[in-house]
Amino acid sequence: MAAPALGKDLVGLEPLSAEQIRLILDTAEPFKEVSERPIKKVPALRGKTIVNLFFEASTRTRISFEFAEKRLSADTVNVASTGSSVSKGETLVDTARNLEAMRIDMVVIRHGSSGAAQFLGHRIRSNVINAGDGKHEHPTQGLLDILTLRDRFGKIEGLKVAICGDILHSRVARSNIWGLTKLGAEVAVCGPATLLPRNVHELGVTVLPRIEDAIQWADALNVLRLQLERMHAGFLPSLREYNRVFGVTTERLAKAPKDLLILHPGPMNRGVEIDSDVADGPHSVILPQVTNGVAVRMAVLYLLAGGSPDWTQQTGGVD
Amino acid sequence: MPSRSPLLDERALGRTLVRMATEIVERGRGTDDLVLVGIQRRGVELADRLKRLIDQAEGSNVPTGKLDITLYRDDLQTIGPRPVVGETRLPNLDGRTVVIVDDVLYTGRTVRAALDECADFGRPRRILLCVLVDRGGRELPIQADITGLTVGTRPGDRVDVFVSELDGRDAVELART
Repeated sequence: MAAPALGKDLVGLEPLSAEQIRLILDTAEPFKEVSERPIKKVPALRGKTIVNLFFEASTRTRISFEFAEKRLSADTVNVASTGSSVSKGETLVDTARNLEAMRIDMVVIRHGSSGAAQFLGHRIRSNVINAGDGKHEHPTQGLLDILTLRDRFGKIEGLKVAICGDILHSRVARSNIWGLTKLGAEVAVCGPATLLPRNVHELGVTVLPRIEDAIQWADALNVLRLQLERMHAGFLPSLREYNRVFGVTTERLAKAPKDLLILHPGPMNRGVEIDSDVADGPHSVILPQVTNGVAVRMAVLYLLAGGSPDWTQQTGGVD
Repeated sequence: MPSRSPLLDERALGRTLVRMATEIVERGRGTDDLVLVGIQRRGVELADRLKRLIDQAEGSNVPTGKLDITLYRDDLQTIGPRPVVGETRLPNLDGRTVVIVDDVLYTGRTVRAALDECADFGRPRRILLCVLVDRGGRELPIQADITGLTVGTRPGDRVDVFVSELDGRDAVELART
């Protein structure tokens, strides 16, 4: 028997090995095709019950998880913090234990506190998948970004990826940094000094203070959403100034030595961190990212549910 | 002491495939509506070879497809080794005579899964099952329409099919522990 490929939970890319990350990406490949079928459904997770526990607003991630679950034939329930007992003050663990008492198999959780997914994973028997916890990680977003890069460049090793914007508050940035560096990419971060974590170089990344430098250096830009609430907290003088200094614009990209691939995890602030011409331009893979998101989440659900791979070469005759 | 005995060598396997190709055309009443679908992994190579043999004899161009049944298995819950999910790519199956090709027919569970998967891709007029080796031991009421070789086996035995595309040689062997 092969050991469970990923363990019980997916809380982040930091604890995973390069081999485990590649396994998820490779497993996502055949799942892309499932979404192109006339009947977009396979019975792999039939009878499994999955709860999507979202304590923070989300459109893309929640819908993407829900499609992934439904296309694997799992039964799904969505719980949002508003309109549930959470708004009456129930704790996270109590909510989850009550759900577990109804015999669920998996929990997909988004929460405002860093470490919430791991906290929950240690306290319930069900598989826990992190759909974004505070400023910590958003592993499936990191995986779908890496899958999109791999689709376009063929491999991750040696690729130069610049992550631009609010690195300090971004779980997407952290998952990308962990995943990309484990797979051998060179990663740089670029943003205003107030939005870069102190000692960010300890994660193995280069700091490029100017967006022009990032554009000169990189093969791909992952442009993060500028979380508008940060402006009121005094991290930025104004959105217009941010756009003027750090915005990814057609004029700036025109000076790049090669065509840069443009990624954005959404939702976009058009005209702030990214111009519409760039977001809708020929080198944008923002919508392919969304498509890949469903495949990556199907792969994660499938692997955690027990679809562990056989690492040994199999010959015929095994029925 | 594990033993290994040959069931078909390269030439015998070649002759068997020629006969199976003829039977497919007979049972399919020509090649007009025929589609060959190989089950991953070695069923895919066998389907490709049968296609070449049929096309040579009939001057046809029979469409082929490949099917990975991993996601249709009924044993995801039970712990056991499981190969990585492979590619599924099927031509239009509506109204066609679909021939499912696999290397070894044993419990019948793979074929059950393959039938379910085909049904999600269209409505064939007829589905035939073509296997290189029928080793008995069925756990479901499933039988092959076209069989290369029938061999009685014990539960601990393994029937290994080697194809040159993947294994560097053509052979069928019985491994007994």
